[in-house]
Amino acid sequence: MSQAKVPVWVNVGLIPLFNIMLALLASALVFLAIGENPIEAAGYLLYGAFGYDEGIGYTLYYATNLIFTGLAVSVAFKAGLFNIGGEGQAYIGGLGVGLVCLWFDSSLPLLLIAPLAIIGGALFGAAWAYIPAYLQARRGSHIVITTIMFNFIASSLMVYLMVNWLKQEGLMSPISRTFEESAWLPYLHDLLAPLGIDMGDSPLNLAFILALLCCVFYWALVWHTRWGYQLRTVGTNPTAAQYAGIDNAKVTIWVMLISGALAGLVGVNEIMGVNHSLLLNFTAGYGFAGIAVALMGRNHPVGIILAAMLFGALYQGGGELAFEIPTITPEIVVVIQGLVILFSGALENMFKGKIEAFFLRRAAA
Amino acid sequence: MKGALLASATALTVAMSSAYAADIKPAVVYDQAGKFDKSFNEGVYNGITQYTEDTGIKIRESEPKNEAQVEQNLRRLAKRGYSPIVAVGFTMTSAVQKVAQDFPDVHFTIIDSVVELDNVQSIVFKEHQGSFLVGALAAMASETDTVGFIGGMDIPLIRKFGCGYEQGVKYVTPNATVIQNMTGSTGAAFNDPTKGSELAKSQFSQGADVVFAAAGGTGIGVYQAAKDEGKLAIGVDSNQNHVQPGTMLTSMVKRVDAAAYKVFEEAQNDTWQPGIEVLGLADGGVDWALDEHNQALISDEMKASMADIKAKIISGEISVHDYMSDSSCQY
Repeated sequence: MSQAKVPVWVNVGLIPLFNIMLALLASALVFLAIGENPIEAAGYLLYGAFGYDEGIGYTLYYATNLIFTGLAVSVAFKAGLFNIGGEGQAYIGGLGVGLVCLWFDSSLPLLLIAPLAIIGGALFGAAWAYIPAYLQARRGSHIVITTIMFNFIASSLMVYLMVNWLKQEGLMSPISRTFEESAWLPYLHDLLAPLGIDMGDSPLNLAFILALLCCVFYWALVWHTRWGYQLRTVGTNPTAAQYAGIDNAKVTIWVMLISGALAGLVGVNEIMGVNHSLLLNFTAGYGFAGIAVALMGRNHPVGIILAAMLFGALYQGGGELAFEIPTITPEIVVVIQGLVILFSGALENMFKGKIEAFFLRRAAA
Repeated sequence: MKGALLASATALTVAMSSAYAADIKPAVVYDQAGKFDKSFNEGVYNGITQYTEDTGIKIRESEPKNEAQVEQNLRRLAKRGYSPIVAVGFTMTSAVQKVAQDFPDVHFTIIDSVVELDNVQSIVFKEHQGSFLVGALAAMASETDTVGFIGGMDIPLIRKFGCGYEQGVKYVTPNATVIQNMTGSTGAAFNDPTKGSELAKSQFSQGADVVFAAAGGTGIGVYQAAKDEGKLAIGVDSNQNHVQPGTMLTSMVKRVDAAAYKVFEEAQNDTWQPGIEVLGLADGGVDWALDEHNQALISDEMKASMADIKAKIISGEISVHDYMSDSSCQY
């Protein structure tokens, strides 16, 4: 065991793939049970997610949100903190983005608004994470409980602000005025059109690039800075960290600020990139899905990108599936997502030992 | 594999379009509460089910689960030549606005909101009038001169219900107390019977003996609490008198089913028109419900004064203030 090593591709590629296949197999049984052809359903799912330009665009658009929230959950997890508040932090981050856009859209060009909005979203998201972080670090209130509660407070605050202050007069729905075009993040299909690349009409926008940059930032921060080392030490063994002279409370607060800022960037994609106005419920559960993405991605940026793409594909392909086959309700699509999480998260070790043993034996032979 | 998928997808589309080729290709997009929400969306569902039964024309249904999917599905339906496309609920306003601009030849109808484009028909209801009526009835039935209102999510539309209700109560009993509570601040507030029941009990303990729930599925809990404590409750959107017979004083009905039915009928007869259609008491868009389940609770005297108030609202003698007109309930 000590000499023979399992090839890396088995651990990062084969086992996750195997688990996903199992999940799809279990989903196939569900489809058979409701009397639908699983092959046809899988066809729609794959075709919807990857089969045409627009579908790919939507998959990547969903993935953008999930990369942000996945990174947010993951970075806190590195310090041993379970940030369940991505939803609320994304919500308030969106508020920050929206306020910047509403404020400057008629006076500044996009080149200035975009960085301001990104800073606004990150600041608001971080501020929302600060209070639970402070309570955890200085008062010992458990972060899981406080961040969950802050999701509800965020939601109430947004409704109050939207209904009483930011709503456009004379409209039934609580939605702000539409931003001037100078505050719209460009769509990738618009950017790529002059280069002769036809992407179809999808909401995929520049925020996707921002998400990828955040992955690089995450990788550099966690593994290539002194602070990242402190962070990982606190997460692995807080007592040892303290003994080594690391201020655990300070690391806790800072990592939650970064986590909140990352979650807040969902607002850049949703508010500035797609909706072009401030509205309610744009987070749509991405904060919670981010937890699954972080777990599946094994808290590594590359893994998170892949897991986000998988979930993005399930969102988009699932939407396509529910659209094409009316008997398949959106709830069935949630079942498929649940099975994927179950098999690749909770039941991850079911076959891991056997597959690894197989490769170890082969390496020994 | 991909080729086969594409082929089967295309074959499916072709098969479906040829089936309706001679007729209209109507479609409905429900909002995120889903079509079986026991209230608003289900009203539309009932309307179109009736239509399909009467005419044999199948209606394509779609239930998007987030903002992005709303626009995506509207766009997909438009691209495939469906028309008219009915969008259910105010949450779809901006999506309809965008998609309708891109597909000027496709007809859209949006319920509960207004989109001012040449190919969009907007259907809105005068919920304040219906709420005024049931408020008046609540005041007549109340012995404590204290009545309650339980809203779902705290949004202008629900405040509109509350404001109309309050005016109706005060019209009959000027010094009556109206206790108002909202269930919550997220969409889940429309589907939280437990909290509805808690709020109702709290209002009963403050002296209320009639409570109006404009809260979708949350109302089920309110009605149960009213039954348990021997008080009266008022239903909303669909006629919910049958839910707790003997407890339900009446229901404020909003005829979304009739509205949806009419849209398709108009499309079939080629009389569909863009523009804003406001359905109120006068055209039966809103009303109070009287049937075998609640007639024991309504005396002839009450019936007479309700008819009187209704006539006065229709003639304009009573003008009911609309919360939406100035975002306040000053009247």
